[in-house]
Amino acid sequence: MALMRITSPHAHGPLTTAAVMRTVLLATLPGLVALTYFFGFGTLVNILWGGVVAVVCEATALRLRKRPLGFYLNDASALVTATLLGIALPPYAPWWLIIVGVAFAILIGKHLYGGMGYNPFNPAMVGYVVLLISFPLEMTTWAAPAGINPTGTPGLLQALQACFTPASIDVTTMATPLDLLKQNQSLLLEDLWVQNPQFGRWAGLGWEWANIGFLAGGIWLLYKRIFTWHAPVAMLVSMTLLAALFYDGGSSASAGSPLFHLLSGATMFGAFFIVTDPVTSAVSNRGRLVYGAAIGVLVFVIRVWGDYPDAIAFSVLIMNFAAPFVDYYTQPVTYGHRKDGDPES
Amino acid sequence: MRKVWDFHGGIHPPENKHQSLQTPIQQAGIPAELTFPLSQHIGAPAEPVVTLGEHVLKGQLIATADGFISVPKHASTSGIITAVEERPIAHASGLPADCIVLESDGKDEWIEHSGVADYRQLKKSGLLQLIRDAGIAGMGGAGFPAAVKLGVNPEKGSIRTLIINGTECEPYITADDILMRERADEIIRGAEILAHIIEPEETLLGVEDNKPEAIAELRRAAASSAVEIVVFPTKYPSGGEKQLIEILTGKQVPSGGLPADVGIVCQNIGSTVAIYRALVHGEPLISRITTVTGAALQQPQNFEVLLGTPMRYLLEQAGYDQGKNPRLIMGGPMMGFEVPGADVPIVKTTNCVLAPTAAELPTPPPAQACIRCGLCAEACPASLLPQQMYWFAQGKEFEKLETHNLFDCIECGACSYVCPSNIPLVQYYRASKAEIMQLRREHARSEHSRTRFEGRQERLQQEATAREAQRAARKTAVEKRARQTAAGDGEQDLIQAAIERARARKAGKLLTETAAGNADPAEAAIEKAKAARAHASAPSPEEKTRQTLNKLCERLAKSEQKLVESRASGAQDKVIEALEATVVKLGEKITAAETELATYTDASAPGSAPSDTAAVDTAQAAIEKARARQADAAAAPPLSPREQLQKNHEAVEKRLQTVTSKLAEAEQEGSDTVDALHKSIEKLSAKKQQIETALRELGD
Repeated sequence: MALMRITSPHAHGPLTTAAVMRTVLLATLPGLVALTYFFGFGTLVNILWGGVVAVVCEATALRLRKRPLGFYLNDASALVTATLLGIALPPYAPWWLIIVGVAFAILIGKHLYGGMGYNPFNPAMVGYVVLLISFPLEMTTWAAPAGINPTGTPGLLQALQACFTPASIDVTTMATPLDLLKQNQSLLLEDLWVQNPQFGRWAGLGWEWANIGFLAGGIWLLYKRIFTWHAPVAMLVSMTLLAALFYDGGSSASAGSPLFHLLSGATMFGAFFIVTDPVTSAVSNRGRLVYGAAIGVLVFVIRVWGDYPDAIAFSVLIMNFAAPFVDYYTQPVTYGHRKDGDPES
Repeated sequence: MRKVWDFHGGIHPPENKHQSLQTPIQQAGIPAELTFPLSQHIGAPAEPVVTLGEHVLKGQLIATADGFISVPKHASTSGIITAVEERPIAHASGLPADCIVLESDGKDEWIEHSGVADYRQLKKSGLLQLIRDAGIAGMGGAGFPAAVKLGVNPEKGSIRTLIINGTECEPYITADDILMRERADEIIRGAEILAHIIEPEETLLGVEDNKPEAIAELRRAAASSAVEIVVFPTKYPSGGEKQLIEILTGKQVPSGGLPADVGIVCQNIGSTVAIYRALVHGEPLISRITTVTGAALQQPQNFEVLLGTPMRYLLEQAGYDQGKNPRLIMGGPMMGFEVPGADVPIVKTTNCVLAPTAAELPTPPPAQACIRCGLCAEACPASLLPQQMYWFAQGKEFEKLETHNLFDCIECGACSYVCPSNIPLVQYYRASKAEIMQLRREHARSEHSRTRFEGRQERLQQEATAREAQRAARKTAVEKRARQTAAGDGEQDLIQAAIERARARKAGKLLTETAAGNADPAEAAIEKAKAARAHASAPSPEEKTRQTLNKLCERLAKSEQKLVESRASGAQDKVIEALEATVVKLGEKITAAETELATYTDASAPGSAPSDTAAVDTAQAAIEKARARQADAAAAPPLSPREQLQKNHEAVEKRLQTVTSKLAEAEQEGSDTVDALHKSIEKLSAKKQQIETALRELGD
């Protein structure tokens, strides 16, 4: 008879953590395609270079922590961190910026806290915020979108040059639609739209399609039951409500239309790929509703009244702090603890 | 169409039920040796009632229920009892347990048995007793005694819903499914019997919609019955009692409570058939339907098997390839447990023997880190937060585990099943539950010793306080007496003087007597020595008390005499009052002494009782007399001196008689009251003469 005694359950479902990670990576594709189409190969180079750095950092940390390399590298979580950070970084970011960001995310944001599953903060957002505070110039220049870029959309070679020999190439940058809206003092939104070619049909040119791409990826993940709808939907709803409240029809003081906010910046990327990070968010569905809604509010508040044009990273980190607190107050009612004991309607 | 509810969570693992449904129920036959574990149920193990070498018949009682929550065991075929000893059994612990071993004689000879002609004619308690005697324990897996469950709330009308559980949600298992397909009529009749016992408003039979053949059969059988067949979507673990209750009624069993708390009683399909057979055919529970399945078998199938049959006997009939089977499981893949070997017997709760290949149910890979994906919380039918509980279990944060309702976990395994990181969550919960239970036991034990220690301390304290109080009371009494003596000086002068005079007289008399009668100094010395020796032979407390009592009686007699004299001589009122007070006080003291003596008398041997009683009687009589006299003195009109004297004379004479008769008694018994009595006689005679003289003088 077997020496190893195993207790129930003896059966196991097909899903593995590595499969979850690979599914998430796949789901970034539509958004990534849109970003590449409109802004060139910069983001892809970010991801590739970031991926290399991430794997090296992960392996180093695992070696230092005396963990089996193959077993842990196989879960692909480092690649997910690198991909998410790579998407968040401006395209054509210099190589050292990516190294600093990814290394900080993996080594300090993740392994210093105990590695996979133990990090209280979203590692990609930790890396992003460190870079944003340390290198504001590099972090706030964004390439001009296709169609209005006078030098044309950079190809793969140019993207690699921009990354590894930043001095040898100049990529045309432009203010993002969120910047423009923030700096607008006197124009009606309608006029702002006409005067600036960066605006597209609903939001920023290119941005709106990138957001739609990430939305599509997110819906696919929902369909695959990688996460539940609670956090992303709560975030989008709370943000939409606030935007509707402060839209005021498009005056010069308008905060922008709800649709503009939904399709600008990192809204969809944040909603489906950052807010849904299970490790750092609230655990129960009710908790995730609160958590997502609070992030939506914070994003809008920082976007409109804060000093930064986009605010996903800050909002997520703030709510990472608050997640245990949210958990405490949103514990689900266990079977048999219902007060009335009567049927649910 | 009846409304059905959904419960939170649940999973849809591959069902793997078709493998064992290819053939109808097979009779497994009679193995050479059968083993009956004494504990096949929840509750106390049964008590064997057979002897080694005894020949038993099929259906014969071999072990009786030990207590209320217990069930008896019956031989499942005829044969010889060959052993009552520890054998490996199917238990999650893997430990062997006491079993009765039966060597079958192959005749399969039934004990005489018969069913109840009409169960409706019997009282409910009678029916419950029949079910209890038939040894029926829940056959769905837990093995709770059926009669206890049915009898838990016998008040009429308190149970609204009777639920028959035909859900069988575990993958692989088809024992209930095939039973419903082949014996739907027995199930429905059994359900009607249960409904007769419980008298619910409705009887529901819940089945998952993945058993269409069974549903069709049940519907046919229940066509003319009050039993309602309720079909609902398939989801694991719908067959859990709590989940099924929620599905069918929308109610939740309160945490830590019973279904009866919400007016519901549940019984498994298998138990229902067993109850039917027990009442209608008089057959105790000696066989059941068991699914034997798994890829290590050529022909998975369902057997009707005698309880006690070794698993191997079934496995071999199903084409067992032991080489392909790394572990053998009793129950299903979700909640079953590994058995220590193929020789363990089939018991009342064995719904399935699962012999999977290594590829079919692979050993789990190493666990990865929890990424708190929440799939476990999505799957949990109890709405727990498994990922949080895992966190707390790792950190041994038992309080947090309890506030996260660890004990509401039904260990269905849904969380472990869905966990992408392969974390054996249920094992963590089991271990934590065990640890918490252990801590609770230890806590209870230490709490118990603490209470005992505190109780002892309190007792000692009380004793000390009582002693202190007694001491203080004694002290106060002494002081009071001293004060009284001091205060009463003026009034009692006369009495005191009289007493002193008497003492002086006595002393002088003694002195002259000694001088006259005992001139020889040597003899005097001998007398003294004798007296000293008598004194030295320390009298027992009883004797002391008796002596005290006698002295008190003497004093009472004296005081009374004086009182009479004082009255006769027309003494001052104060003197009379003081004498009266003395009489009363002496009476009190005598009572006290009597009480004390009574305690000795009670405790002492019967032989010494008469003299005690005599002494007590004397005292008692004296007291009563004193009281009567007191009352007379208070109530009666003043008498003439002559009358008074006459009365006194009478009294003295009477007393003299009494004392004389007592003396005779005492002398007969050799009691030490003799001296005292002699003295009182002397005194009484003297007094009598005195009174007579006085009377004569008056008469003259």
